[in-house]
Amino acid sequence: MRGLSTRTFLVHGLLAGLLAGLAAFVVAYAVGEPHVDRAIALETGAADEAAGAPAPDGHDHTHEHAAADGHSHGEDAAVSRTTQSTWGLATGTLAIGVVLGGLTGLLSAAGLGRLGSLRPAASTALVALLGAVSFSLVPFLKYPATPPAVGSGETVDSRTALYFGFVAVSLVAVVAAVAAARRAMHRWGAVPAVVAGLATYVAAVTVAALAFPKVDELGTFPAGVLWDFRVASLLTLLATWVVIGAALTVLVDRTWRRQAAVEAQRAFAASL
Amino acid sequence: MAHAISSPASISGAGSAPSDLAIPVRELAPWLVLGALLALSVLVLISSVQGAITIPEGTAIHEWVHDGRHLLGFPCH
Ligand SMILES: [Zn+2]
Repeated sequence: MRGLSTRTFLVHGLLAGLLAGLAAFVVAYAVGEPHVDRAIALETGAADEAAGAPAPDGHDHTHEHAAADGHSHGEDAAVSRTTQSTWGLATGTLAIGVVLGGLTGLLSAAGLGRLGSLRPAASTALVALLGAVSFSLVPFLKYPATPPAVGSGETVDSRTALYFGFVAVSLVAVVAAVAAARRAMHRWGAVPAVVAGLATYVAAVTVAALAFPKVDELGTFPAGVLWDFRVASLLTLLATWVVIGAALTVLVDRTWRRQAAVEAQRAFAASL
Repeated sequence: MAHAISSPASISGAGSAPSDLAIPVRELAPWLVLGALLALSVLVLISSVQGAITIPEGTAIHEWVHDGRHLLGFPCH
């Protein structure tokens, strides 16, 4: 019998991811949506100004602006703003939460017993921490989230490629860092292992951050709205990862304790 | 923790040596491959920009997950 199997880790991970997706939705809706709305209002206002003076008959023309860049953010979008900020937002956070949770679960299964002398709960928490740093936090430092109205439609393809290219480099770097740490662990022990891992990751992403081109399409977008939006985005990502890490660690630890208790009982019975 | 150490568990070895718990790579590999591919396809769907990589054609999925894309830090416009 084996309590901590790959299957157990995946199930725990999916569950943790579902909770994380819900938490991310709550944070994104409460903290982020007001700033998304403000950004869209600014964009709409700018588009109207560009369209020229108010119509002579006094009617407003808020719905006349056409999105030149492929999709529009106003009420004339194919999916209404209300739907985008509720069901649409929930779809996005839940999908990302479940996928990241499940994958973190599987990677924790791979990390089990392979990360120095860390017990299951600690190695699981470490895997979640590495996931948060390499997949979300470090990419955010290089290519921070931008509210609607920032960035042009023509460059979105190249910006998407750059973003995921950087995420890929960061993920490869963290795998290399773990490999370096494990080698250092064999030769010198725990502290050199942590130093070797940190040094490998920091060196790799620093080189990548310098090599990847800068994206600056802010124009005259108000700095205050931008800052508030970015804080909200960071909080959404943090909520996702904190819940994945905490829930997965608690579930894995519980299973491990049960497994240990069963095995202890058996050993005790066998010794009689 | 104290209970695990003082209990017979430490005699039988359960939980005392984490490396004993390691799951063989042979067993892990297929799960990880499928997990990575699924994660990749969800990321493509969420961050899909209207254009070559959008399936089905149009902007419905793109607009449906629009706010999530912005707030989760993925590029958009
Ligand atoms: Zn957008």
